[in-house]
Amino acid sequence: MKSKVSYFGMMTALSLILSYVEMLIPIHFGVPGMKLGLANLIIVIVLYTHSLKAAFFISISRILLSGFLFGNMFAIIYSLSGGILSLLVMNFFKKKKSFSIIGVSISGGVSHNLGQLFVAMLVVESYKVGFYFPMLMVAGMLTGALIGVVSVEILKRLRKMPIIE
Amino acid sequence: MKKNDIILIGCLLLIAGVASLFYVFVNTDENAKVVITIDGQTYGTYLLKKDTTIDIEGKNTLRIKDGQVQMLDADCKDQICVHHKPISKAGESIICLPHKLIVTIENEDSQELDAVSD
Repeated sequence: MKSKVSYFGMMTALSLILSYVEMLIPIHFGVPGMKLGLANLIIVIVLYTHSLKAAFFISISRILLSGFLFGNMFAIIYSLSGGILSLLVMNFFKKKKSFSIIGVSISGGVSHNLGQLFVAMLVVESYKVGFYFPMLMVAGMLTGALIGVVSVEILKRLRKMPIIE
Repeated sequence: MKKNDIILIGCLLLIAGVASLFYVFVNTDENAKVVITIDGQTYGTYLLKKDTTIDIEGKNTLRIKDGQVQMLDADCKDQICVHHKPISKAGESIICLPHKLIVTIENEDSQELDAVSD
């Protein structure tokens, strides 16, 4: 794709669609806030093909759009805290070079959940929410690993295409 | 997968494990209460940390001692509640079916979340 605008627009749209698809999946894991994090797939891919800045803006646009479309103010606050924290942590681990995409994605999944949990603690003003801490951590690892595996495969195929210069 | 990924996974699992252990053992509230209900009606509420022995309608004898709740005696024939191991954590309960008696431990503020957004 020639221009960055169209590429980023496409990625934002994709991540928005993925968060919508995720909403349609009627699986509830018993713990509030636990979900697959499909939109994170796009963030990981953009982080690896472009830059932290690009991933950051796509992530923020995605969260604001899906928050206003499907969620409420709290959904936006939770997602923003999780999204920003996970992006920073993923960038940190990516820069370390000694982690594969799967490891980076796992760190992102876990930190996403922890960021949300932290904000939930502030909102509810109770440390009791911390009860979910271990479950959310394991869930973040599982979904992060899943997203990581898929990202590896997608990146492998994307690199063969002229989409990414 | 690189070696560091495995180390990362191991560390995260370890933290999660330690945290869950912490919650299993420390989650009992300072002001946890022992609630006794008979046939759905609340019979009495007692503080878990205050040692006492309760006679319940002359049929059961319940002892609270050192944060442990144990049914000492019951006049029913199955004696399941008497053989039940002592309970000490929020959410645990001793149930005596013949007398429709339920003894549970509740945290002071164990109300459920009133709103969840995802």
